[in-house]
Amino acid sequence: MTARATKSRSRAGRIGGVSGSIVKCICPRGVKTGYDWSVMAALEVEIWRGEGNDGSWRCYAVPHQANQTVLDVVTHVQRHIDPSLAYRFACRVGMCGSCAMTVNGRPRWTCRTHVSRVSRKGRLRISPLRNLPVIRDLAVDMAPFFEKWRDAEARFVPSPVPVEEPVRPGEPARKAADAGIECINCAICYAACDSVAWNPDYPGPAALNRLWTLVNDRRDGDQDGHLEAAGTGCHLCRSHQECAEVCPTNLNPTTAIAGLKREVFRRTLARPPWEGRQ
Amino acid sequence: MKEAWLFTVQRLSALVLAPLVLLHLGVILYAVRDGLSAEEILARTQGSQLWGVVYGLFVFAAAIHAPIGLRAVLREWVGWRGAGLDIAMGLFGLLLLALGLRALAAVL
Repeated sequence: MTARATKSRSRAGRIGGVSGSIVKCICPRGVKTGYDWSVMAALEVEIWRGEGNDGSWRCYAVPHQANQTVLDVVTHVQRHIDPSLAYRFACRVGMCGSCAMTVNGRPRWTCRTHVSRVSRKGRLRISPLRNLPVIRDLAVDMAPFFEKWRDAEARFVPSPVPVEEPVRPGEPARKAADAGIECINCAICYAACDSVAWNPDYPGPAALNRLWTLVNDRRDGDQDGHLEAAGTGCHLCRSHQECAEVCPTNLNPTTAIAGLKREVFRRTLARPPWEGRQ
Repeated sequence: MKEAWLFTVQRLSALVLAPLVLLHLGVILYAVRDGLSAEEILARTQGSQLWGVVYGLFVFAAAIHAPIGLRAVLREWVGWRGAGLDIAMGLFGLLLLALGLRALAAVL
């Protein structure tokens, strides 16, 4: 089978937080892949390649297999076609949150995303996560994501005295905390969020979701401090619900942020500024 | 703390504005049913304490609500931040208040 060239296109724009253009895209179908192309369908995979803010799309032909994930596709490209491709993964079973990328325009956890579910006419377009600086190719720098998490003070503060009343799974506050506790820190919500893109002060859905679980945790000793921290950023959420739409573990950070807004509203009313900070 | 207060005050002003806007729209629909004239408006508003209170509240709530919302829009879309923005929005609120009260005084 001969190599095939796809239609050449060019476009200026921002891809995953970087700018660049689509260059001539040539799919090296059947070239040095070791697969029998006569019996196996091929995927046309466009991958964003580049360092920092500069880069371009490159096209690869990858054999399509049953139960193949997007991470399998990226791994195939690196192992069989282009070893210089940079990407990040760890557990491959949806636990660690390392392998998030933008697939056909939407942020996803690639290890649990089947190609058959997201490819369009056998085509995949994979780029780094939005709203985070690109290190190289598909690997983004997660530092801003975790720095905002830290700055939002979204961490457990042990209560100075033991909680005497046992925490029961059925009590409303515990249920509210449990609803948001399974976050895997993948930053998919952060990448999908327009408020993050528009406003550098916004902590992001994941950090605020974590704050809401702490506000509802009776074992935490600083609920008031968490609400004060939330008051500096939760109102910047525009409730577009992109986070809830893309969360791979089906959490709903928008609901958590709405809860924070409600509690910050009550706390602020209870403490008029003329009474001073308590 | 300042952001939390602005958020809270904007919500409170929205609570006041929501029924008043509906009332305002209802009055517009009612008032124009036979055509609109200055005499008709003044006949309804002049000497009326009720309309004075209603539109007085409306003006105050709008003068608080609008600058806070505009401040958020300018911060996100223009990137304008800092004391200059706060002062400008404070002046914008005062302008809305002055224009609203002037209009109110003219029809009462």
